[in-house]
Amino acid sequence: MAVITYRDALNQALVEEMERDPDVFLMGEEVGVYNGAYKVSKGLLDRFGDMRVVDTPITELGFAGLGIGAAMVGLRPVIEFMTWNFSMLAMDQVWNSAAKLLSMSAGQFKIPVTFRGPNGAALQLAAQHSQALEAVYAHFPGLKIVTPGTPADAKGLLKASIRDDDPVCFFEGEMLYNIKGEVPEDEDFVIPLGVADLKREGSDVSIITHGKMINLVLQAAQQLEKEGISADVLDLRTLRPLDVDAILRTVAKTNRVVLVEEGWPYSGITATIAAIIQEEAFDHLDAPVLRVTQADVPMPYAKGLERLAKPSVELILEKVNRVLYR
Amino acid sequence: MADTKTKKGKADRPAPHDFPSSPETPPQDPAWEQEGKPDLTPEERMQGLPQEKLRRMMRDMLLGRRFEEKAAEAYAVAKIGGFCHLYIGQEAVAVGGIHTLRDGDYVMTAYREHVHALQMGAHPNAVMAELYGRKDGMSGGKGGSMHMFSKEHNYLGGHGIVGGQIPLALGVAWKIKYRGEDRVMQVYLGEAAVNQGAFHESLNMAALWKLPLVVIVENNRFGMGTAWERASSLYDISQKASAYAMPSAVADGMDVLDVYRVVKPAVDRARSGGGPTLIEARTYRFVGHSMSDPVSGVYRTKEEVEEEKLNDPIRIYANFLAEQGILSQEELEKMDEEVKAISEAAAEFADKSPEPSPEELYRDVYANEDVAGRLFFDGRN
Ligand SMILES: Cc1ncc(C[n+]2csc(CCOP(=O)(O)OP(=O)(O)O)c2C)c(N)n1
Repeated sequence: MAVITYRDALNQALVEEMERDPDVFLMGEEVGVYNGAYKVSKGLLDRFGDMRVVDTPITELGFAGLGIGAAMVGLRPVIEFMTWNFSMLAMDQVWNSAAKLLSMSAGQFKIPVTFRGPNGAALQLAAQHSQALEAVYAHFPGLKIVTPGTPADAKGLLKASIRDDDPVCFFEGEMLYNIKGEVPEDEDFVIPLGVADLKREGSDVSIITHGKMINLVLQAAQQLEKEGISADVLDLRTLRPLDVDAILRTVAKTNRVVLVEEGWPYSGITATIAAIIQEEAFDHLDAPVLRVTQADVPMPYAKGLERLAKPSVELILEKVNRVLYR
Repeated sequence: MADTKTKKGKADRPAPHDFPSSPETPPQDPAWEQEGKPDLTPEERMQGLPQEKLRRMMRDMLLGRRFEEKAAEAYAVAKIGGFCHLYIGQEAVAVGGIHTLRDGDYVMTAYREHVHALQMGAHPNAVMAELYGRKDGMSGGKGGSMHMFSKEHNYLGGHGIVGGQIPLALGVAWKIKYRGEDRVMQVYLGEAAVNQGAFHESLNMAALWKLPLVVIVENNRFGMGTAWERASSLYDISQKASAYAMPSAVADGMDVLDVYRVVKPAVDRARSGGGPTLIEARTYRFVGHSMSDPVSGVYRTKEEVEEEKLNDPIRIYANFLAEQGILSQEELEKMDEEVKAISEAAAEFADKSPEPSPEELYRDVYANEDVAGRLFFDGRN
């Protein structure tokens, strides 16, 4: 298997799906001539031409809606948000139309659109440019929510998202584009939506996470191993559909759970998972479920404050120690 | 002036006051010179402004330039982080525009905002300290380059979402009318923001209710890497105002006096209850979109940037003032030394200003913290 970056894995997925299906097209700000603000779409304009790789004005609501309308009548648009921070201008289209058209039309209109782009904080970009927004999107039934944390997952899940007949919100980690990993070259390498991945086997504690945070959690797990604690690390990979069975399996195995997410805690993903565990696996718990999230504040610009606000390996270790009563 | 240029087709292009309005004839390679600007005598250009003010405009543009050159240096050695969008090349717009205002008037802009903040009277030390993310910065280090605010100076901030500031500015103009105040709201935006729905919704309401709003589009031709003619079906921004029955005008954004000439009547009209105006200032950015972008790239050539730099608003204005006997070469150099020293001192000040303390993390998230329930839920505070 080739070792490639997260960015190139996404690029491969786009190329393969666009080759496979002429109804797939990519649209967004700077995706064409500029090769993508984060270079995910590098080379695609040359390869597929300007009806399939389309630069838009800065009009998030307009081009997101365009993607939904085109999907209603048979195309399979991939709509890039330069970052998910800017998707908020398009929320009405995604929440009120994409999420609900199938249901409102009693199944007449499928919406096979994929919205994708970088998500979460980068470095010192301050409050309006540093937001992990998957939890808000996950709130809406009708949307599928995908959060790959590794290059292979990025490729396999993007291919599955594009092939899926529902609207998919695909959250890439803004800091992940340069990370490398082994990625299958097989054109039919598709990771089904709704299947979590046990990224590391352990028996003392379960750490459950998704997206960019998997990399932080694996570092924490390594550190724990040095201290003689073995962690079961579950990467959810998709948040809707959610692999509840995998969650219940790891809880039954270790009886202690720490949940980690990049976003805010209130109404967050970890809040939902904690509730599910409490409802469906209470008898397996030997300790309260604990969570690590970003601080419950808008992200500050100053370097030191930003560091404090983000989830960290130290915070994960602290919570693990608490569920182990160490 | 265009005839001396060798670039293909340049001489055939329409003058700025004469752009085609219909999408059938979009200019593919637009003229950016101000051939259509009225031919004014030096006296007319100076509009009877006192010499002190004319010199002050020079000094303000120069400060903007030197300050940002210093910021670029600091960015290069990682004293400034994140996104940092410089205004180099566009100084005539904020300086000419804000010079038309009085104390009490308001200004709001997007993320390319250092010069607007300085022009509204923010201390260079506070601007630089904000860039450094320090306690003495305009936003206590929490905002950075894109989010500077100064209530004291009626500077209502830098906003990071393209078009997001325009409805806010509408609200400020609403308040002025609501309270019957003798004030004006000036909002600055890039040309790319004009395509956002927020722009159209706001202009409609501003015109409908005759709000005291002056909308200044800083058309530097590019939204990141997308040239205006690739993003808008209508080339002439000033014509967009016609959809809202709003007066509009075009200014040479490389000429501080032309910006003043065009903006001043709009400010006067707003103040006297005549309603809003849309102004397009045609300018050019000499640097990359942000610090991490190259100056040129796939969307424009190095040659184009070099050619546009011949139009440097600072040099052109310095020459004009020299010709009019208002500012000698010697005085200009002295002025330059002065603003360089200010920028240097700002960097030293920022360097010495402390980092915000950890307790700052939860400060100012809510104005009223004295409530019965809990406000924060991360288990850290
Ligand atoms: C809603 C939104 N979409 C995308 C972006 C990313 N972005 C930041 S600046 C920019 C270009 C804006 O160009 P313009 O408004 O002309 O201002 P200029 O940078 O030229 O001053 C883009 C696309 C953003 N900040 N907000």
